[in-house]
Order: sequence, then structure tokens, then C-alpha cells
Amino acid sequence: MTAQIIPTRTAAETALAEAFGAAKATLPGCAEVAKLREDAFGAFFEAGLPHRRVEAWHYTDLRALMRDALPVAPTPTAAAIETLRAELGKSAAVGPRLVLLDGVFVPEVSDSLPAGVTVRSLAAVLTEGRPDLVALLAAQNHQIVDPIVSLNAALMQDGVVLEVAPGTSVAEPIQLVYATASSVPLARFFRSLVVVGAGASVMIAETCHGEGGRTGQTFGCLVFSVGDEARVGHTAEVTDTVAGSVRLDSFIAEIGAKAKFDSFALITGGGLVRRQIFLRFAGEEAEGTLSGVSLLRGREHADTTLFVEHAAPGCIGRETFRYILDEEATGVFQGKIRVAPVAQKTDGRMLSKALLLADTVAMNNKPELEIFADDVACGHGATCGGLNPDQLFYIQARGLPQADAEALLLEAFAAELVDEIGHDGLIDGFRADVAAWLGSRAKA
Amino acid sequence: MLEVKNLNVSIGGRKILNDFTLTVQDGEVAAIMGPNGTGKSTLSYVIAGRKDYTVESGEVLLNGVELLGLEPDVRAAKGLFLAFQYPLEIPGVATMTFLKAALNAQRKQRGEDEISTPDFMKRVKEAGDRLGIKPDMLKRALNVGFSGGEKKRMDILQMALLEPSFGILDETDSGLDIDALKVVAEGVNSLRTPKRGFLVITHYQRLLDYIVPDTVHVMAQGRIVRTGGKELALELEQSGYRDYMAEEAA
Repeated sequence: MTAQIIPTRTAAETALAEAFGAAKATLPGCAEVAKLREDAFGAFFEAGLPHRRVEAWHYTDLRALMRDALPVAPTPTAAAIETLRAELGKSAAVGPRLVLLDGVFVPEVSDSLPAGVTVRSLAAVLTEGRPDLVALLAAQNHQIVDPIVSLNAALMQDGVVLEVAPGTSVAEPIQLVYATASSVPLARFFRSLVVVGAGASVMIAETCHGEGGRTGQTFGCLVFSVGDEARVGHTAEVTDTVAGSVRLDSFIAEIGAKAKFDSFALITGGGLVRRQIFLRFAGEEAEGTLSGVSLLRGREHADTTLFVEHAAPGCIGRETFRYILDEEATGVFQGKIRVAPVAQKTDGRMLSKALLLADTVAMNNKPELEIFADDVACGHGATCGGLNPDQLFYIQARGLPQADAEALLLEAFAAELVDEIGHDGLIDGFRADVAAWLGSRAKA
Repeated sequence: MLEVKNLNVSIGGRKILNDFTLTVQDGEVAAIMGPNGTGKSTLSYVIAGRKDYTVESGEVLLNGVELLGLEPDVRAAKGLFLAFQYPLEIPGVATMTFLKAALNAQRKQRGEDEISTPDFMKRVKEAGDRLGIKPDMLKRALNVGFSGGEKKRMDILQMALLEPSFGILDETDSGLDIDALKVVAEGVNSLRTPKRGFLVITHYQRLLDYIVPDTVHVMAQGRIVRTGGKELALELEQSGYRDYMAEEAA
């Protein structure tokens, strides 16, 4: 007799199914989108929340770490929007801001955009159902099999769809500002799309607003479609999560021929953070740089997982990630690079470096290269260690006390990647974030 | 004045400095020569405060202040400067930022005000010009991608800015071609004053053609075995260290 295996549903999975059942009639979208949502939820529910036996989630056992699913955040009230408007007026911006409150695009507190750039809410685009945009939003070229990307597709409430016309050059970064309306723990599902036309250049900066910290569960997804010969910069500031919160960001990008795409993320938040990046080189001779810095302490857990697919010849990929781990923090870096048979002359290099400041931290590194072309140069490396005692002594011998010497080296370790962002205003912002983290470490 | 008295130092149970005693007067340039493995670099590290060594006994006094037991940064603020045999590369730290941080940290230790930015810039420029350090080098990360000669010049620039009362040059000539050696030596010579003493550690007499010492000490097996004037360096160049090694072995 064969034992019958009945998959058990966790409380969180059951609650998500109930949430989808209750919300699906009112979630925005035409009939095709509604079907897409159903299929996506089906894929999620069949797999369930990913756990340690799912290879890509081995070091972030979401089933164990996310015991319950929170109620979905309601549409922001007029009062919440007015409060936000007042707050935004007081804060400085490095470029035009597109503001999302609890994942919902709020045009009335957002800035106007330069010529050649248009923005609409995700809800409007899904309702209209233009097939090309829906296909891009669904990231169909990527063939992603991931329960969290599916869950986001099923429940996505809103976001922005930004289009940069071919040949447009945008001078200042366009900011996607994530704000939260209340400190009550809620769940948010949002997805945005950035379509950059051929030969255009733009920088998109994801920033967070508010000092209260983002509690609850955030399921974000940002999709980029980068046209041929376009120049795109992207930064993400993941500094607003707090202990007990869950933030799962999926970042999906497809790059055209001879395009250049650079993305940087800083994670300093509390709780559980996972950024999963799906980068696809679709056209030949494109260049892509992915980098990031995670600064973790307490029992924080931050996971950066890459899926980089070279689907065209002659592309250059650079993936560089750094971690500073203190107290009982856990860092995860996984980088899977697939080089398709057509992708000859691929030049790929991946590097993860971790500074471990206590015996009680954990760092998990897992590079995976799948190379199906025979004329490529691909390499990877991973290091874990402490601060270099020779460097420390050198700096101390010049007069800096040990704590200052350590802080200088830690700041430098993070700042080396920050300084490559390519926009002074953004560099200053990230450097301030790093300094704030180090400052709070010094006080602790 | 630097006074090292009966200093005994070991690392991992192996004795490196053996009742080492040496005095360098104010304004004096003393050279220590000796073969590899006699403890010359250990001496410089122990004086500067590196913690990998076990100091078993002895004293190290700088202008009458006991240095042993003080942190390296406190020793620096008391006026000690060590020019490294291999200055470290510090990626991500802009040279100017580092220089200013070091200068202000020492001033703070001594209870002085921070240096103003215009004053600082002026002093860096003056010292940099003397040592042939180009402004773009100062904008780069400290020592990263610098040649051996550039790193040594950068160390001497730091010494010029920090104005120590005593400088130790640990094999400053290693890795330098003759032109770089001259520039570095001129930089050091320009810092010689009646008050500032130097301890110059080297294998070869060549450096001492350019930084002319007042006294030359021969070090072997962890202590000074012979002391003389600058002519001793020339003699060593002829005869080598074999006699001293044999003496020790005997």
C-alpha cells in the first residue's frame, strides 16, 4: 500500500488563499488579466510558500519564517494622502517623485515628469489591457518559476507604468517613493513597469519615505524592459523595514542589444528581506552591472538571489555584492548565471564579499554557473572574513583610535560600491544611510 | 629623544628582541643595519604598538613618556611616526579624507582644535609639491594602484603633515628605484630639525648615501652588536654581515 501524501497548508497559505478569493473580484484588470491572476495564484498555491527544500529558497525558509499572512492594506484615504503631501513638502528630492502609498500610485502628490516620459497607474494599464504592456508586466520572456513572483502577480493592487520614449535623455533620477499610511502591520502587493525606448537614457531610484519604518509584509515587483542602446541606471534603498517585517522584492529586467544597465541596492532594514533579481541579456553586446550592499545586525536576515540569463552573444555581466554582518545576522547570496548555447563571447564575473564582525553571524554564499556555450569567460568568487589587521594597524598608527579605524574601513567597504552609482545626489543619500548605520553601531 | 631599554620581545615563544637597548637623541639620525631576520622590523612594530608580539620586559620612552601599553593611535599623538616598509592600500578611503582624519584625530588626542579646511589644503599642497605628489593622487583611494615609489612618497607626505617628534623609517628603500629613493630621501632630509630624531632601518648602505646618519648600529640576533659613525655603513657594504652572524653562532 502506498502512503497517501496530503500537502498541509500553513496558516499563512490558507490566509493568502482567502485573501485572493475575497479580493479577486475587485482587483483591477480586464478579463485576460483576471485569468493571468488566477493562473498565477494557482501556481503559487500549488507550490506553497517556498521552504528549505526548494533549492532557490534553501537559506530563506519562508514557510518557517512567515507564519501568518497579514490583511491586505486598503486603498489610502484622502486624509492619509493629505498627511503624506505635507510630509513630502518637507523632504528634499534629487529628481521628480512618483509616490506610492501602501503600493497605490498617488498622482496628486507626485511630480510632473520631463518631456518624453509618461506615467500611468498599474491599475489603469491592467484595466485597459494593452497586450504588449500586459506581456511585459507578466515578464513572459523570463519564464520565471517562483511562487513569490506568482503571488505578486495574483494580488498586485497597483504601481506605476512608466514609459520613456525612444531617444529621450532624462537628466535627473526619477524617484519611486514608497510610503506607508499607517504603522499597523498590513500586507502590500505592488508591481511597476519601466519601459525604456531604444537609445533613451534614464535613472530610476527606488526610495523609501518615512521614519517610522515599514512594518508588515511587502511583496514588491519592478519590471524593466530596456530597449536597444539604452542607458539605464537603477538604485534601490531598502532601509525602512523593521524587526518582524517581511519584505520580498522581485526585480526583473530584460536588456536589449548594446544597452547598458546598472543596478545598485542598499539593504539596512530589519526583519526579513529578500531581493530576487532576474536579469536577462536579450540582445547582443549589452552590459549589465548588478551590485548591492547589505548591512545587518540583530537577528536580521537579508537574502539577495540572482538569476542572470545570457541569451545573446557578446554581453558583459558584472555582479558584485557586499555584506557587513554583526551580532546574530544572517546574509544570503545566491547567484545563478546561465549562459545559453547562442551566448558565445559572454564575459561574466560575479563576486560576493562578506565582513563578519561577530562569531555569531552566518553568511551563506552559493554561486551557480550553467554554461552551455563554449567560448565564454565566466568567473565567480566569494570571500568571508574579518577586517584586515594590517590595515587597522596602519590607520591606527596614523592616529585614529581603533573604533574609528574600524568604522573607516567598514564605511569604505560599503562606499566603494556606492561611489559607482553615477549620480552625486544619490551617492550622498546612500553614503548618509551607510554612515547612519555605522553611527548606530558605534553607539550600541 | 627615543630610549629603548633592555627590551625583550617574543612571538609564539620565539625570542626576537634580546635585551635590546638603544638611545636616539633629539635631532639625531640613527641607522640600524643588519641581515634578514634579526628583528629590525619587529623593533619598529613593537615601538609603534603592534599587538602581535609579546613584550616580556623592557621600556620604550619617547621624550620621557613610556609608550609600551599605549594604543598605536595614542603613541602617534605623542609624536611617533612609523613609515611602513610596505604602506597598506586602503580601498574606498579617499587619500585626502584619510589625511584629514588622521591629522584631526591626533589634534583631538592632544586637546587641540580641528584644522580648518583651507589650512589643511594649503599644507597638503605644499608638502605634496615638495614630494612630487600630483593632485590627482590625493583624490584617489589611499595607496590603491600607487607604485612602490608613490606609496613611500605618500608615507613621507603623511609624516610631513603630522609633524612627529620622532620618525622610524622601516626599510624605506625597499622597492624603490634610484630616482624614487632620492625623492624620498630629500623629503626626509627636509624634515630634519634639531629636535626631530629618526631611526632609519635598512639592509643596504645605499639609502644612507642620501639620508646621512649620525650613528650606525649593527643589529644581529635581536640586539645591537656594534655602533659607529657613518663610515661603519661603508665598511658593512664591503664586508657584509657574515662576521656578525658568525659571532652570534659561535
